[in-house]
Amino acid sequence: MAYSEQVIDHYENPRNVGKMDEDDAHVGTGMVGAPACGDVMRLQIKVNDAGVIEDAKFKTYGCGSAIASSSLVTEWMKGMTLDQAGEIRNSNISEELALPPVKIHCSVLAEDAIKAAIDNYKSKQ
Amino acid sequence: MKLPLYLDYSATTPVDPRVAKLMCDCLTQEGNFGNPASRSHVYGWQAEEAVENARRQVADLINADPREIVWTSGATESDNLAIKGVAHFYHKKGKHIITSKIEHKAVLDTCRQLEREGFEVTYLEPTTDGIISPKQVADALREDTIIVSLMHVNNEIGVVTDIAAIGEVTRANKVLFHVDAAQSAGKIAIDLETAKVDLMSFSAHKIYGPKGVGALYVRRKPRVRLEAQMHGGGHERGMRSGTLATHQIVGMGAAFAIAQEEMAADNTRIEALRQRLWEGVKDMEEVYMNGHATQRVSGNANISFNFVEGESLLMSLRELAVSSGSACTSASLEPSYVLRALGMNDELAHSSIRFSIGRFTTEADIDQAIEQSRNAVIKLRELSPLWDMYKDGVDLDSVQWAAH
Ligand SMILES: Cc1ncc(COP(=O)(O)O)c(C=O)c1O
Ligand code: FES
Repeated sequence: MAYSEQVIDHYENPRNVGKMDEDDAHVGTGMVGAPACGDVMRLQIKVNDAGVIEDAKFKTYGCGSAIASSSLVTEWMKGMTLDQAGEIRNSNISEELALPPVKIHCSVLAEDAIKAAIDNYKSKQ
Repeated sequence: MKLPLYLDYSATTPVDPRVAKLMCDCLTQEGNFGNPASRSHVYGWQAEEAVENARRQVADLINADPREIVWTSGATESDNLAIKGVAHFYHKKGKHIITSKIEHKAVLDTCRQLEREGFEVTYLEPTTDGIISPKQVADALREDTIIVSLMHVNNEIGVVTDIAAIGEVTRANKVLFHVDAAQSAGKIAIDLETAKVDLMSFSAHKIYGPKGVGALYVRRKPRVRLEAQMHGGGHERGMRSGTLATHQIVGMGAAFAIAQEEMAADNTRIEALRQRLWEGVKDMEEVYMNGHATQRVSGNANISFNFVEGESLLMSLRELAVSSGSACTSASLEPSYVLRALGMNDELAHSSIRFSIGRFTTEADIDQAIEQSRNAVIKLRELSPLWDMYKDGVDLDSVQWAAH
């Protein structure tokens, strides 16, 4: 499997790796995937009172493309409103990372993780 | 580009330079290029002599009669010829075949084909450390069983099957016993004078010979009959037609002869390297060596690094040429069927790496493999939500996963 430069860059230097306090009312956590499928993504967002994502963190168990997809979306989401973040599509991710067709589902997983984090945050308000 | 360090000797080996030299001598006009089946001139006689010499070399390594060796294109063909050949010849006697869940695809897919033709196959389940016992074979035997096919050494986990003991069971019950020895020949002693094995498959490229050549041992006493799968000029006593590839066969013979000379020394050195590798990584938490601890070949170390996903691990280990316990080729990640048959959960199977060590591996190579593996595992665990959860004491089996 040949990886694109973008995937390798995110894989070698993943951005925003970490964990935030799940119980914090400002934090939304999305965890998607399953170990048995070979990928689990945990994406967290910290949202301020104006509804803007101040910070984003991730940890991913999965292939290089899954790691790169989650790293990339944490970068994108910072500074976005929840609505803007909710509009990120897997096709944006796969395009940016030049993912081959067999790796599209890794970007789908990242889109799912964003939605799950936003839903989790909203459910706390 | 700097080539990655080769630690995939179970997949294939480079041809030993001593072997390559002899092979080259059988190709050009100046060399031994004749057709071994040509009876009317010296070109043919010389080629035939080289082929028969190689046949003796192969037979010597396994303590067999050269007349019991049939040349093939590799272990895949040998497995096909043995199992289909017996099934088609003895089908009136019975329709039942016994094999195991951890065989090579060359055996499993052959059995699947025979199932489509109306044969019945029992797939034995190994223990969690990869052992198939003589008792399991005895218990699975039926009135209509015609053949048992089991591998001597498993290609993924390196576990050795007790073929001597199983041969006693099959012989006592007048059932034929086929053994795939692609991964064992030249690595552990094989004595077909004493072991009651009726058919045995070999491949040259696993022991520093060329790809594309192998052999099938077919016992003469008691005589084993086969229906040919390849028809033509009646070569190899009708069991496998096709002009013999002198250079390939000479290469296989030379590789087997060298193995006989050097096996003991190679094994001692390779076993020490395998220990060194294991010592170098085993202190990290949640690291497991797969397969039986002692009943195994020296060159194989199949290690699971829990909470790290296999494909990303391979990506981090780009400077090592190793195999993974999973093949993430499509939307569904497929863990190795061998590791699964050991009862290993999918996560652990996904996180497995097969390091296989060989004749040209050095201590420095192993040290490099250790360092790279450690770095990769530490890095990926930092990134792994599963590792976090494990460290927080969460039981991962109790989590409701949102599978996609
Ligand atoms: C156990 C076993 N059987 C059969 C084969 C196939 O051998 P060949 O490549 O010679 O067809 C291999 C190697 O891939 C093997 O490891
Ligand atoms: S996570 Fe399975 S291929 Fe990317």
